[in-house]
Amino acid sequence: MPALSSIVAQGEPVEAHRPWPRVVISADAWTAAAHELANGRATLLGLWGQWGASRAVHMALIGEDTSKIAVVSLACPQSEFPSVGALHAPAIRLERALHSLYGLRPIGIPDSRPWLDLGFWDVRFPLGARATASPQPYAFLPVEGENLHQIPVGPVHAGIIEPGHFRFTASGETVARLEERLGYVHKGIESLMAGATLERAVRLAGRTSGDSTVAYGIAFARAVESALNVETPPRAHYLRALMAELERLANHFGDIGAICNDASFALMHAHCGILCELTLRAAQTCFGHRLMMDRVVPGGVTVDLSPQGVTHLTSLLREFHHKFPRLVELYDNTASLQDRTALTGVVEAALAQRFGAPGFVGRASGRDFDARKTPGYAPYDELDFAVPVLTAGDVNARVWLRIREVEQSFRLIEQILDRLPRGPIIVALDTDDAGEGLALVEGFRGDVLVSVQLDHGRVTRCHLRDPSWFQWPLLEAAIESNIVADFPLCNKSFNCSYSGHDL
Amino acid sequence: MRRTLLESLTLGPLTESAPGPQDGALAELAAAVQRSARRRLGRSLAIRQVDAGSCNGCELEIHALNNAFYDLERFGFRFVASPRHADVLLVTGPVTKNMREALERTYRATPDPKWVVAVGDCAFDGGIFAGSYAVVGGVSNVIPVDLHIGGCPPSPNQLLQGLLALLDGANGQNGAA
Repeated sequence: MPALSSIVAQGEPVEAHRPWPRVVISADAWTAAAHELANGRATLLGLWGQWGASRAVHMALIGEDTSKIAVVSLACPQSEFPSVGALHAPAIRLERALHSLYGLRPIGIPDSRPWLDLGFWDVRFPLGARATASPQPYAFLPVEGENLHQIPVGPVHAGIIEPGHFRFTASGETVARLEERLGYVHKGIESLMAGATLERAVRLAGRTSGDSTVAYGIAFARAVESALNVETPPRAHYLRALMAELERLANHFGDIGAICNDASFALMHAHCGILCELTLRAAQTCFGHRLMMDRVVPGGVTVDLSPQGVTHLTSLLREFHHKFPRLVELYDNTASLQDRTALTGVVEAALAQRFGAPGFVGRASGRDFDARKTPGYAPYDELDFAVPVLTAGDVNARVWLRIREVEQSFRLIEQILDRLPRGPIIVALDTDDAGEGLALVEGFRGDVLVSVQLDHGRVTRCHLRDPSWFQWPLLEAAIESNIVADFPLCNKSFNCSYSGHDL
Repeated sequence: MRRTLLESLTLGPLTESAPGPQDGALAELAAAVQRSARRRLGRSLAIRQVDAGSCNGCELEIHALNNAFYDLERFGFRFVASPRHADVLLVTGPVTKNMREALERTYRATPDPKWVVAVGDCAFDGGIFAGSYAVVGGVSNVIPVDLHIGGCPPSPNQLLQGLLALLDGANGQNGAA
């Protein structure tokens, strides 16, 4: 079987695709690439479709040893392509979604049920073939055995949370199987992207998953800047990273508290909520928006950091250095809480590796991958920080991973404030250019992938791949053999995105 | 743990005073509460939150309402797990077509008298997602809405202003009853 590098070398390169190569390959080479994934010599970063006169499927991969990224494209004149999911399970849902949205058929896929299409649209294959809707009942996977009962949960969930459906099969209190059915918050973002101006497109990208608006903004901006071959000013890179780390802090503080709350330990939830609120208020003070929406645009950032902002953040960090270790100690010393989180919801290392599990889900199960290091991007290549990795893979490990990442974010923010370069915060774009760009940015959940094609100041097409695509399936594995009452704990320890996933 | 608890007692609360009323919200509410039952519900309202397709930004700010700074429960509001226990539906999102039925069923499962608060710019008219094949466009296209709280997302203070106006309206205290 040919290696990924030779598959890419033999493909037909697409001009003006940056910063990594995109090559058009044959169906045989496509299958060879799928084998590379199945053999663990490459990891799947994304799999999406394209309609129009030149309909095609695209796959972004990263070599395991080389860490080189490439996109391979296969033309689909007959609207079908060899299924990658037939060989490599992590691709299955992406192919099901691809088919539901475009009508491009994955030949040989082991699961041909729709994904994202719940039968409520007025049309089938809305981004592609566009056929009349003919909703079929959804066949949940069968479970056979004695004394089994089903618990359907959602889409409306009990708390303040996004909607999705979880179909549990339980034997007494123990979960025999969890099957997810998602898509409830699908907004058709990629259809709204097609033909959009850059101004509108970056606003849409930032609202794919509101809690990761900065990460998505940076990913979209970087993809556009790569497509147009634009150098973003250094001060803008630093300010983007500052916002990204504030976003990471706010979410991690909130999550650590919320996970403890799902084990009924409200004290941690209350105190972590204070740290989260202080972070959001700092974002408001420094950047004019609590979530920092619409602050990152192609070319740079829209708001600068004043000296008062630097002072505010410096004293905020001092407060965090004082308060956070005490909360970590509280978590560590509460035996009844440890009893709930340790050994619960284990994700096996091999599974995390196979799925290329992004973020803290992967890193808590031994997968050493962080987009800020690999492929890496400015300004992180100039900053000193570690990527914590744990191996237990349980809820407890995912809490500790967040704790360690918070500590690293403190280090990063200190360095950014210390070394913030002078200069402009934004550069004008030559929007008459055309091009294609790809970006991989580490959001708080994990790596966000954005592929964009531009022409004369407008987006021709844009694909946004949330890290949760490679985390949701692992939740099904993690909850098996745990008690139903531990599901909220497991689910919150993953904190996958529904909106980012559903698009 | 004991030290943390004791410190909370000695350092004093972080809770801030309630924001003042927002005129636009009161006017809209006065019109809406006319059609509702007149009987008093006391000083508390049970809220059922429904995400009908939001990007999750509004949910983050709704979560913030329960933190020590805003402390929603001191006003008599509490979030409940079932629509059958609710007085108010707090709905976010442009209403995706995939969530339309769930939203309708949740509304029908909420006993009268009830009020619906649509939160966020998307919940008003679909916002930035309006026009998509996958989106209905505004909560009021699916269920009757008594109050819109705009913003992208609305801040916890803006949410509080709207909810306090709702509480006064439900108790006939802003000329609505």
